[in-house]
Amino acid sequence: METIVEIENLTKDYETGFWRKKKVRALDDLSLTVKSGQIFGFLGGNGAGKTTTIKILMSLLFPTSGSARILGRDISDVKMRSSIGYCPENPYFYDYLTARELLNYFGELFSLNSAKRKSKTEELLTKVGLQEKDWDKQLRKFSKGMLQRVGLAQSLVNEPRIVFLDEPMSGLDPMGRREIRELIAGLREKGTTVFMSTHILSDVEALCDEVAILRNGKLAATGKLDELLARDGQSRSFEITIAGVSIQEIRGELGQVSGADISEKANGVSVEVTDENDIERIINISRKVGGKLISVQPVKQSLEELFVKENT
Amino acid sequence: MHSTHISASGEIVETIQPLEKSIKGSGSARNIAAISLNTFREAVRDRVLYSLVLFVLLITAAAVVLGDLTAGQEARTIVNLGLSAMLLFGAFISIFVGVGLVSKEIEKRTVHAILAKPVSRGQFIIGKYLGLCLTLLVNVLVMGGGVSAALIYVGSADLAGSIWGAILLIFFELTILTAVATLFSSFSTPALSALLTFFIFIIGHFSTSLNELAKNLGSQFAKYLFGAIYYLFPNLSHFSFITNAAHGDILPQAMIFGAIAYAFVYVSILLIITVMIFSRRNFK
Repeated sequence: METIVEIENLTKDYETGFWRKKKVRALDDLSLTVKSGQIFGFLGGNGAGKTTTIKILMSLLFPTSGSARILGRDISDVKMRSSIGYCPENPYFYDYLTARELLNYFGELFSLNSAKRKSKTEELLTKVGLQEKDWDKQLRKFSKGMLQRVGLAQSLVNEPRIVFLDEPMSGLDPMGRREIRELIAGLREKGTTVFMSTHILSDVEALCDEVAILRNGKLAATGKLDELLARDGQSRSFEITIAGVSIQEIRGELGQVSGADISEKANGVSVEVTDENDIERIINISRKVGGKLISVQPVKQSLEELFVKENT
Repeated sequence: MHSTHISASGEIVETIQPLEKSIKGSGSARNIAAISLNTFREAVRDRVLYSLVLFVLLITAAAVVLGDLTAGQEARTIVNLGLSAMLLFGAFISIFVGVGLVSKEIEKRTVHAILAKPVSRGQFIIGKYLGLCLTLLVNVLVMGGGVSAALIYVGSADLAGSIWGAILLIFFELTILTAVATLFSSFSTPALSALLTFFIFIIGHFSTSLNELAKNLGSQFAKYLFGAIYYLFPNLSHFSFITNAAHGDILPQAMIFGAIAYAFVYVSILLIITVMIFSRRNFK
């Protein structure tokens, strides 16, 4: 895997106020690398600096200091942009154009010939799940979710090697999100690298190979998703769920097992232990009191817990 | 400004070559043409050319009202009225569409998706500018056709041909006005830009008089002030030939070339400044 994005010590200050200018640091010494062929999740709360970073990469904002390269070329290199795709957050396009015209126009800016533009437009509008009857409607009549789909389609018109998606799931209903998730996963299969910013954690868990978490413009954590989640390995535990018994019965028998955490759940009694050897004992206890074993499963740190931890 | 530095790793650069080859050509001319045509399409769909309908109504109404005048007077009035209306309608479009040309793209964030494509900021500005000029050209041609037709109708076929020199100058005057509006549009709000462009349109028409005034003034300060205005602001009197055209005067070649060269230089300078300002802008 080659390095496809290299960000070095990127800092961005915004000036606010008219007379007495105050500097607000949106991005603070961010360094990051992204390898090709993967889906890279760029996480962080509102105002963490995700969009600022992506806009600097797209040369829409100029960094106060630091540099970045995409595909080995400086971000100011206009030619490099023929190999990348970008879907802005809450994309807004020329509303007097139809979806078909917009994609055709953007294809022209990538110097695609007209036959290629036509086939690519139809292929992509189908792929993002836009119904054919809507292709020739002006974008001013589109809903937010439909615009999001057009945004994704336009970001792929040049078959980019890497595509930057800023909150690609916003404005989509659950069905739409699922479809777009499949589309993004499909991109990785075809070898396209995806760099997506999001705060929808279930999408990250379902899609991303690596993530970076931003907090107040600084990098809080980065790495492979599994590794980040397993980082607190020592504190892992197991949850055993037993039905058909009362919490008192279990508690009475459990005197022997120290450190067990018992609670009542909708489907039975849940016992959480940290020692693997306790699992067998608890199963035996449950048989003894006439309970029915429902499940035994490891309790992993969820991405949400990690996210909250990195953001507090 | 930003330095363009090509990769440390030659390997990566090589891997992008095949992709670039699959893309047909690449060139700023294609980008500028695509952006211009899209700007033209926007103007058409925003019903800018509806001004033509208004213009036709105006000319028709004038022809009816002026029916009582003698043939010569009637033709002269049609030229004066028609070409003045053409200039005003054109100025109106230049100012009101021109001031939104760039600022609207920034405000509505449509510029984000465009500038992330292999399009330089200079190409974007020039494309937008030429797109509005194309709109104005269509406008001027159709209106000119209308005035010519009206002249033929009242029996002044020779005037119908000779007015086209004055029409050409009107178009070039509008290209300057559009460049002024585009410049303001790259850093100011539409309302302020419109006001400033309108002032420049007015001052531009009186700039020769201002220069005369400067020469006759005693105060050294006023001399410098009016002198500066004369040289800094566009001298739009180079493009005024409406009254002469109404009298059937043929536009001298020297005036045509002088005016076109003046417009070319003035517009180029304004666009260079616009691109410089626009290239430094951050799009939040």
